[in-house]
Amino acid sequence: MATAATATPSTPKERDWTKPSAMAIPKEGFFTPKQGRYGPIYPQTPACHGFTIIAKIKPGREDAIRAYGKTIEKAIADLPDALATLKLHYLRWVLFDIGKDTYFMYQGIFDTDFDKYTEDAVALFTKYGVNTVFENLDGFPEDWKTNVPAFVKFVREHQCPSFLEYGEYPYVSADEIKKALKLKAAFADMLDLMQ
Amino acid sequence: MSVLQQSHRISQDLTKRTDQPASLDFDDIQHFLMSRPPARAARYEFLSFRSGVGGRAWLTGLIDKVGTAGAVGSSLLDARWVTVGFTWNGLQTLGVAEASLANFPEEFRQGMAARAGVLGTTGANHPDHWVGGLASPNLHAIVVLFARDVAERERCRGEHERYVAQCGGVEVLSSLDLEAIPPFDYAHEHFGYRDRLSQPVIEGTGMEPTPGSGPPIKPGEFFLGYPDEEGPAAALPQPEILSRNGSYVAYLRMQEHVGAFRDFLRAHGETPEQQELIAAKLMGRWRSGAPLVLAPDKDDPKLGADSQRSNDFNYAKMDPHGYGCPLGAHIRRMNPRDTAANMNRRKMIRRGGTYGPPLPEGVPDDGIERGIAAFVGCASLVRQFEFAMNVWTNDPNFHELGNERDPIFGTQDGTFDMTIPKRPIRKKIIGLPAFTTIRGGAYLFLPGIKALRYLGSLSDGV
Repeated sequence: MATAATATPSTPKERDWTKPSAMAIPKEGFFTPKQGRYGPIYPQTPACHGFTIIAKIKPGREDAIRAYGKTIEKAIADLPDALATLKLHYLRWVLFDIGKDTYFMYQGIFDTDFDKYTEDAVALFTKYGVNTVFENLDGFPEDWKTNVPAFVKFVREHQCPSFLEYGEYPYVSADEIKKALKLKAAFADMLDLMQ
Repeated sequence: MSVLQQSHRISQDLTKRTDQPASLDFDDIQHFLMSRPPARAARYEFLSFRSGVGGRAWLTGLIDKVGTAGAVGSSLLDARWVTVGFTWNGLQTLGVAEASLANFPEEFRQGMAARAGVLGTTGANHPDHWVGGLASPNLHAIVVLFARDVAERERCRGEHERYVAQCGGVEVLSSLDLEAIPPFDYAHEHFGYRDRLSQPVIEGTGMEPTPGSGPPIKPGEFFLGYPDEEGPAAALPQPEILSRNGSYVAYLRMQEHVGAFRDFLRAHGETPEQQELIAAKLMGRWRSGAPLVLAPDKDDPKLGADSQRSNDFNYAKMDPHGYGCPLGAHIRRMNPRDTAANMNRRKMIRRGGTYGPPLPEGVPDDGIERGIAAFVGCASLVRQFEFAMNVWTNDPNFHELGNERDPIFGTQDGTFDMTIPKRPIRKKIIGLPAFTTIRGGAYLFLPGIKALRYLGSLSDGV
């Protein structure tokens, strides 16, 4: 396993997107604790930043949670930039059973440590109903609307850190990918015009 | 940051405040974040209480001298304005009950020095190197004196010195004298940049924001117990008498390396015009105050001096790629305007001034410490001040820049860069030097007047 000192390349110059990269992560979720505004920050890995929140749902709430899938779908269809602040690559929402209980898994992969934009994220979640879906989860703080620290505490308590993350094109941000695709499209247009 | 000038301002503030709604308790809120007195000198004293009883005695005798938002500005004859604030350790020493201390926010309880990792105050900026006892748990209180001139400052200094000697229970850990630097006809700091160009206007004060500054901000963003930009007033630390009408302030003493700054300009510009342009690119405004978005190629001092025009711009539509104002320039970081979310929840009010003698043009740095010692006021240090430090100032990847920090205010050690977008090819400055060093800081709570009386009435062991 990589040592703490070399686990996360400290500057972008050391990060080579052409070289696929894997990172094994200690059980705690980080190498050397780095203080964020609301607690320790999880490291950036070849698969960017992210979280995997797993929480038991309140009995009988499965349909309500599934319905929120449609809510988010419509919100993004109406306003594609709605979640821009979060610097997301992907979100995956999964429901699964363990014994008689149903669990909700919220996995997000994004380009900034969540801690940086926590309040913005909570404000967005409030706006688009993600917070409300969390109300179906066991132990979600009832005063989340006015209590960002309690919201963050819930997220942290239910975060299951990865022990391995892999990137085929490591450390590349969604913005960089979009820029590259725009450039490709612009070149294609230019070549068309030169015919 | 601010300096202590503009003596004409207070009379304007007075006339504009006459139609203020009664919702803000101007007679209880300290004046500090509400109005800017016409001060050209200041003194900050950093205090430690030898005991609770000593601290309370000192405070009780001082309360009547503390300026309220209602009183400051009511007489143009006023010559000095006093503000008092406490660290969490100070509140504890004064005898605030444990249960009450526990419901103050985590970051305030820890204090600024313990939050160095969050703020990015590392290396030479680290609390290990701070001066004046500011990183010490024995820092309990600060008294801020704004004075009309140096003579009045000296009179008050002597008076407070005698008062502290008479009280006996209070020790002055350190102090800092501040004076405006010439020319006095406009506010500016040691590098020469015009200052006080954008400050939020608080709803309910009757003041009008300048064009481009957005609507007035809800008072709950700055004073506890009022509706904020999110809705009704957030929960207050208890008891309410202690927290209502209070604010948090972050104090920063920032040394400015004027010699290094001027050397840098000379190294990156052959002519005075080129040097001015480099200075403007670091700040996002010409030193005259004219914003690069509105005056990208040539300084426009009339624009810089015109508050009705100098904030009337945005970034997303008017300068999306930063050809005028670089993406990483100081003002584009500290106020990203329409390129950041929830801006109204990140607003802060700045107060303070310059300390140390100005360095004349054309002479090498004399090694004397000079800089800005300022306070940033807000209702939530973690949401407002710490966010600004953590993300806007010191996040190397702000705006996807990759390896840059605020070129003026960020923690610089020669390993970060500065990109200046330019057609056809951008200019990149590799290894920006540090133009500033944080020499001290503290988190303080500025209670309302009733809260000051409450604190003065406490006893040990309650």
